[in-house]
Amino acid sequence: MIIIDIEKKIRTYEGYRLLQINTAIKLNSINCITGSSGAGKTTLLKIIAGLTTPEKGKIVVNDGVWLDTGSRINLSPQKRRAGFVFQEYALFPNMTVRQHLHYACADDDWINELLHFAKLETLEQHKPEYLSGGQQQRLAIIRALAIKPKLMLMDEPFSALDMDIRQAMIPELKQLLQKFDITSLIVTHNPQELEGIADNTIHIQ
Amino acid sequence: MDWSPIWLTLRLAIITTSILFAIGLPIAYWLSKGRSLAKIVIEAIITMPLVLPPSVLGFYLLIAFSPQHGIGLWLQQHFNIQFVFSFQGLVLASVIYSMPFMIGPIKSALQQLPVSLAQASYTLGKTEWQTFIKVLLPNIRASLLTAIVLTFAHTLGEFGVVLMIGGNIPHVTRVASIAIYDSVENMDYATANAYSLCLFVVTFIIVIAVFIFNKRTAKIPLE
Repeated sequence: MIIIDIEKKIRTYEGYRLLQINTAIKLNSINCITGSSGAGKTTLLKIIAGLTTPEKGKIVVNDGVWLDTGSRINLSPQKRRAGFVFQEYALFPNMTVRQHLHYACADDDWINELLHFAKLETLEQHKPEYLSGGQQQRLAIIRALAIKPKLMLMDEPFSALDMDIRQAMIPELKQLLQKFDITSLIVTHNPQELEGIADNTIHIQ
Repeated sequence: MDWSPIWLTLRLAIITTSILFAIGLPIAYWLSKGRSLAKIVIEAIITMPLVLPPSVLGFYLLIAFSPQHGIGLWLQQHFNIQFVFSFQGLVLASVIYSMPFMIGPIKSALQQLPVSLAQASYTLGKTEWQTFIKVLLPNIRASLLTAIVLTFAHTLGEFGVVLMIGGNIPHVTRVASIAIYDSVENMDYATANAYSLCLFVVTFIIVIAVFIFNKRTAKIPLE
């Protein structure tokens, strides 16, 4: 079980507002996170990954405490090792597709499997600037998977994919997540794309 | 013609650039992360040589490192180091004077990189040091080169500061810019022209090389 109980003041165009989340997530489940723009969906993912710290709260992942502001426990992102797919991809301009994966892990078989999954085998020597938006997004997904995380945090991971690639990739991604017992939180503006694969939906007000 | 001012100038520029590269990288990285009052004050101090007349900086360095009192006296007594009218004094003055040219471009380039690049690296389990070396530095290569060249070229052309702290001692502190001034004072325009031409050619080659490098690295992405 993953327990999230956090409070963070976030800045919006209308001023400051309080992001309050209190939820429990089943392990190995796929969770869809929805909410209007500025609701704090990305902030929630960053808090879970350890990239942002809330004023108050607790995050417990499978009995391991990642964050407890009361006890001053706050594991670094390196220790949490949550796979993170950034909305703007955050690919490294100096690295090729294969180098991205090599930077994350040293297992060549796993890298080849990921390249095959993302249909990027023929582009493995290309740098991000020579990839289309959809290819960059797929690279961002497999880079996060490369570390075999126990928790995947994905921020609009399918927004730039063509309809046919999206339809083929989402069920395959589900299989991969299940195969490696990965719990996932997927932020999306379009909950329909996860219909049938998401086990749970968390709506942020 | 006495070539020593040219060699001395090149030696000074190489040593100054190397020292500034080593100390400038961590300072620029530290300054690029967040803002605090301490950072603002330190950045202002580093930037001062850009706006301060070189003679003012040279004067303060001369007073500070004078072996008669203060730091200069202490260094002389405890380490037998004298910064005034010596080559090491020129190096110290050049490091201080050229510091904004090394730190400014690197700091700006680091600040312009999306924060998410470092964050992505952290989520992959990489340390801050690994992220700096493998992700941040390779993506600011052009700015690193610009900072190195600006620092080198700026040191080549120093006059006021080096004259104040180093004086005009042949083979020790008489760099090319001072030799040019000296030759003109003595109406020896041929020598002044030779030194000037040397500096002009060296700096022109460096600037051209940088432009070629930056043009080659700025590839046009696919449509």
